[in-house]
Amino acid sequence: MKSYISYFKLKFITGLSYRAQAIAGIMTQFFFGFVYISVYVAFYESNHSSLPMELDEIVGYLWMSQSLFSLIYLWYKDSEIINMIKTGNIAYELLRPQNLYFMWCSKILGERLSRVTLRFLPVIIIAVLLPKPYNLDISITAFRLLLFIVSMIFSSILMTVLVCLYHVICLFTLDERGVVNIFMVIADILSGLVIPVPFFPKFMQNISNILPFRYISDFPFRLYVGNIDFNEIFISLGMQIIWILILFILGKTLTNKALKRVVVQGG
Amino acid sequence: MNVIEVKNLCKTFKVKEKEKGFIGSIKSLIKPKYKKIEAVKDISFDVEKGQIIAFIGPNGAGKSTTIKMLTGILYNDSGTINVMGINPNKKRKKLAYEIGCVFGQKEQLWTHLTPYDNFKFFGSIYDLENSVIEKKIKEFKEIFELDEFINTPVRNLSLGQRIRCEIVASLIHDPKILFLDEPTIGLDPIVKENIRTLIKRMNKEYKTTIFLTSHDVGDIEKLCKRVIIVNKGEIVLDDSMENLKYHYLNKKIIELKMKEKVNLDDSKGITILKDKGYNLKLEVDTKKTSISDALKLIDANNIIDINISNVPLEDIIKSIYKGEK
Repeated sequence: MKSYISYFKLKFITGLSYRAQAIAGIMTQFFFGFVYISVYVAFYESNHSSLPMELDEIVGYLWMSQSLFSLIYLWYKDSEIINMIKTGNIAYELLRPQNLYFMWCSKILGERLSRVTLRFLPVIIIAVLLPKPYNLDISITAFRLLLFIVSMIFSSILMTVLVCLYHVICLFTLDERGVVNIFMVIADILSGLVIPVPFFPKFMQNISNILPFRYISDFPFRLYVGNIDFNEIFISLGMQIIWILILFILGKTLTNKALKRVVVQGG
Repeated sequence: MNVIEVKNLCKTFKVKEKEKGFIGSIKSLIKPKYKKIEAVKDISFDVEKGQIIAFIGPNGAGKSTTIKMLTGILYNDSGTINVMGINPNKKRKKLAYEIGCVFGQKEQLWTHLTPYDNFKFFGSIYDLENSVIEKKIKEFKEIFELDEFINTPVRNLSLGQRIRCEIVASLIHDPKILFLDEPTIGLDPIVKENIRTLIKRMNKEYKTTIFLTSHDVGDIEKLCKRVIIVNKGEIVLDDSMENLKYHYLNKKIIELKMKEKVNLDDSKGITILKDKGYNLKLEVDTKKTSISDALKLIDANNIIDINISNVPLEDIIKSIYKGEK
């Protein structure tokens, strides 16, 4: 266990050293948040029919998704792992007294948490200070905050096993493009990061309710803004756990399979 | 005591085969064809504790594949492997504590960290206590003369410095066997010599068994007591370095510089390798003709310079690769 924490720490510290990247990230996230919200504000002002989310709910949802973006977006690739597969340096990875799957999970989680650590607070602070209706409302009951934190912890684990699965698939394809990219585009839409899931047509909502992607971003954010029934919260927490288990077992089994037929690139 | 035991080891790779040109690409997209390549076929050998053994062969002979199977990176198709009493396929993680590995063509260090931080990291993934890691680093810092650059990020190091650090990173957990896959590739002669001395010292001080592959004859000649030569996936020779040399040493090379032109022809046991009139190069097979008989053929008064030498190891190995006896 201690050794896996070493991988996590190493990646976390490495991530923290990229300051310029973090500043660029904060600016991008802030810009996107602002643009998205402007669009929704205009939309809500001109449209008076009943909509699935209140304006302050959608604003909170968008600020949360922007501030936690670097933790929860799904088309993430760990370039170090991908390069290792392509150049054959993975040979060294297999010489370590660790399980490859858990090692990669620690690395992925470490890097993503370090990214979000640098970006989360600045975006939140700016969002809170903005004038109405653009601002983020941080008045939330302690109980809901607790549930939100729990759901975010599950969401981080779910993200890790999902992203790790892409990387395991790369062990077979030896390249990250192709199948994986198609998968990522679909995942991105269904996760609610482009348009929040409540705005989807009914059949697409049903699809995204079954698949894991929505439980990484859409569910915790709706829980935060209160756009979700009490029952649904617990069903969704259950779904998070079920998908963590499924993706974990799938990833672990595929890793073992891959290692049996691994071909180390380049001599 | 044997630290490595290998019996009837085999490994076959499936490689995609593509017909030439555009149409070939489309064909292989629809129905890929595979070709089987036998990288390693039926290899058996044992290695004793504390030995330095050279495992050599031409490119594509199956050396690296064998190393990768011994270290648990690749799975073997058939045969048995036993390294430190462990089957690498089944207990890869357990084996990792016992072995170290340096691939001269690959990198394991984190380039943005200093060697010191790297060593600390590698120590921690082998579950070593902090005090033990510090002690080890101090020890290796002296042996490998890392003082100058131990706090410089790895990406700013020269190749020679980096390879030294790569070796130390592989030794931090006190492995019983060290696998070196072309450790001196791309290094200048002085650094090469330096690394050889270090490897020798390591072997003496820690009784580490060393399993080396290299294309550098110097590495093999200066380090190894035993040589295994593989070609096309099979062992063609497994012998001590002394035997190998002795076997081929009954051939001598005589180089002559003469005052006047001489005419010499191939005769029993003597082969003319080069004849430029004044300069001659002969190979004498001492099993058939003694050196003194060979020299009698030459007019001693006519000689300006004479040089008698052994066949260089490089030529010996070359002829073994080609399958000559």
